[in-house]
Amino acid sequence: MQLIVNITVLAAIYALLACGYVLIYRVSRVMNMAHGELAMLGAYLLYTTASLFVGHPIVAIAMAVVLSLTVGVLVYVVLMRRMTGEMVLAAILTTIAIGVLIRGFVVLIWSGAQQHPLQTLNFSNPSIALVGGARISTCAALLVLMTVVVYGALFAFLRFGSWGIRMRAAGQSPLLAAQRGINLNAIYALAWGLSTLTGSIAGMLIALDSGLDQTMVVIGLKAFAPALVGGLDSLVGALVGSLIVAGAEVLAIHYIDPLLSDVVPFLVLLAMLIVRPWGLFGTREELDRV
Amino acid sequence: MSSQPRASGYFRTSYGEDLALVGTRLRRVSLALFIATLILFPFIASPFQLDLASQVFLACVGALSLMLLTGYAGQISLGHAGLLAAGAFTVGILFREANAPFWITLPAAALVGALLGVIFGLPSLRLRGLYLAVSTLALHFVVIYLGGEYEARRGFSTGIVIDPPRLGKLFISDGRAWYFILLAAAAATLLICLNLLRSRTGRAWRAIRAHETVAEALGIGIAGYKLLAFVISSAITAVAGALFAYYRGFVSVEAFSLFLAIQYLAMVIVGGMGSLLGALLGAAFVTLFPYVIESALLALPGAQSYASLLFAVNYSAFGLVMILFLVLEPLGLVGIWHRIQSYFQLWPFKHRPAAGGRR
Repeated sequence: MQLIVNITVLAAIYALLACGYVLIYRVSRVMNMAHGELAMLGAYLLYTTASLFVGHPIVAIAMAVVLSLTVGVLVYVVLMRRMTGEMVLAAILTTIAIGVLIRGFVVLIWSGAQQHPLQTLNFSNPSIALVGGARISTCAALLVLMTVVVYGALFAFLRFGSWGIRMRAAGQSPLLAAQRGINLNAIYALAWGLSTLTGSIAGMLIALDSGLDQTMVVIGLKAFAPALVGGLDSLVGALVGSLIVAGAEVLAIHYIDPLLSDVVPFLVLLAMLIVRPWGLFGTREELDRV
Repeated sequence: MSSQPRASGYFRTSYGEDLALVGTRLRRVSLALFIATLILFPFIASPFQLDLASQVFLACVGALSLMLLTGYAGQISLGHAGLLAAGAFTVGILFREANAPFWITLPAAALVGALLGVIFGLPSLRLRGLYLAVSTLALHFVVIYLGGEYEARRGFSTGIVIDPPRLGKLFISDGRAWYFILLAAAAATLLICLNLLRSRTGRAWRAIRAHETVAEALGIGIAGYKLLAFVISSAITAVAGALFAYYRGFVSVEAFSLFLAIQYLAMVIVGGMGSLLGALLGAAFVTLFPYVIESALLALPGAQSYASLLFAVNYSAFGLVMILFLVLEPLGLVGIWHRIQSYFQLWPFKHRPAAGGRR
């Protein structure tokens, strides 16, 4: 029973991070290697706002959410906008460089030591007993709940919202979308903003649950595996992929070797790349040269 | 090498001249001077400068091999740190388990690298661009895991210590000796790359990079040449890793983080895609960069207060430089070099004559 809870929590973490990869890839065909770093930055922003607005947790959280959205939009407007039309490699490398830059800045500003935004916010994190003797911490439960909310909102937004429909159109054919008067720059900026927002929410909740330091980058990188397993342009795929990868990882840790935790997602990813590179739910497509 | 017509005209009259590596007398003289400087350098340099130069040569080997793969054959690899680790661990394991001398471990490292190259290369037959980058990234983590597992199982949790290589009764541990060994390794790699690139193989790689379908239509066996690129590049990289292990005398998975792979990619980018000179310039730039930052930072007033931040400053400055090159100068240092060259060639004019205007 505890295993199932662990799998669910890990899957929720992966799903919340993976949807950021999917959003950006879907509209602009760029793989954002800085996603883990952006998530970490979001968590650090929460830590800062929490220490600025002591006693007003709601204000602090709202501020952090708005700030992370801004960061995402800024990353696109300042840097990634220039990389449209460049080689795939150049775009990937730019995101990698952004990641390196963020990591350096985070250490410069907040130091490399582990922080605990939970205490700064004055929240407590009691564990809740579930049926079957399993336990889950409040923050982890919140994480699962948040994943459901975020995915629900994203599905609704992409299906019914006018900006969501524009986003899908831009993803399908940028040229035709631009012909119909859709502002591609705004769409891409929105995608980057939303992706950073969801990533940051994941980062904040992980930080609340288990403290905040540079290891979050690795979680962000591992979350790429579920995004690809499910298909890089499919949100449903990201959910399913998260369940598969999280299941494989938790079971491997439990039954084989705890050291495997950092490799299993990548092994699953490799297996998927060999069998079905476009993922479970992704669209098959012709891929760019370097 | 450079196919653009010289401002003074095009005077080659035979295929032999076209193929020659050092074409003109000026080039021969400057090359001889350069080599003489390199040979004299260790006799005037301090041990610290010697170490820096050796590191640059080591980086050159890795950067050249990555340039071969990414800059010429057009296959992205985010897994080169894994290959370096594989080479270093081959040395470490053979030394620890079998006490093997370097003339066994180095070829063994090359062999392991070549084998891994096949494994790294196999996805490239089906995948391109981003997906290939991801698959090599995944393999990087697998290799690192295997290395870490070996360390943990055999009780070398802090790393494997390796004795310096022995030649007869002589231990090679002197900084000057290492300088020459690594210089020779870098020079040998450069020669291998130069010769590969002006042969059938190199032309096939460039064709694949330019357009796969067209290359196939021209009768180039895509699969074979792609795998060959991976195998050669990986074998050279693994040898670089093995040399690194001997040079440091110490192997540990911590040294081969993803950041190392990023650094090697940065060498290729900063230097300039598709140019061996670029690989050399990039290797020197990326290797020396942290030391430049460090000395610049320590020269500022109140140096003691920043000393603890050095690592973070380095990190962010590195990211910033990478972004600047990618956004502002995609051709890299070589691009800048060519621009300076043509500025002086064309002086007092500003622009090249229109293409085809003069032959």
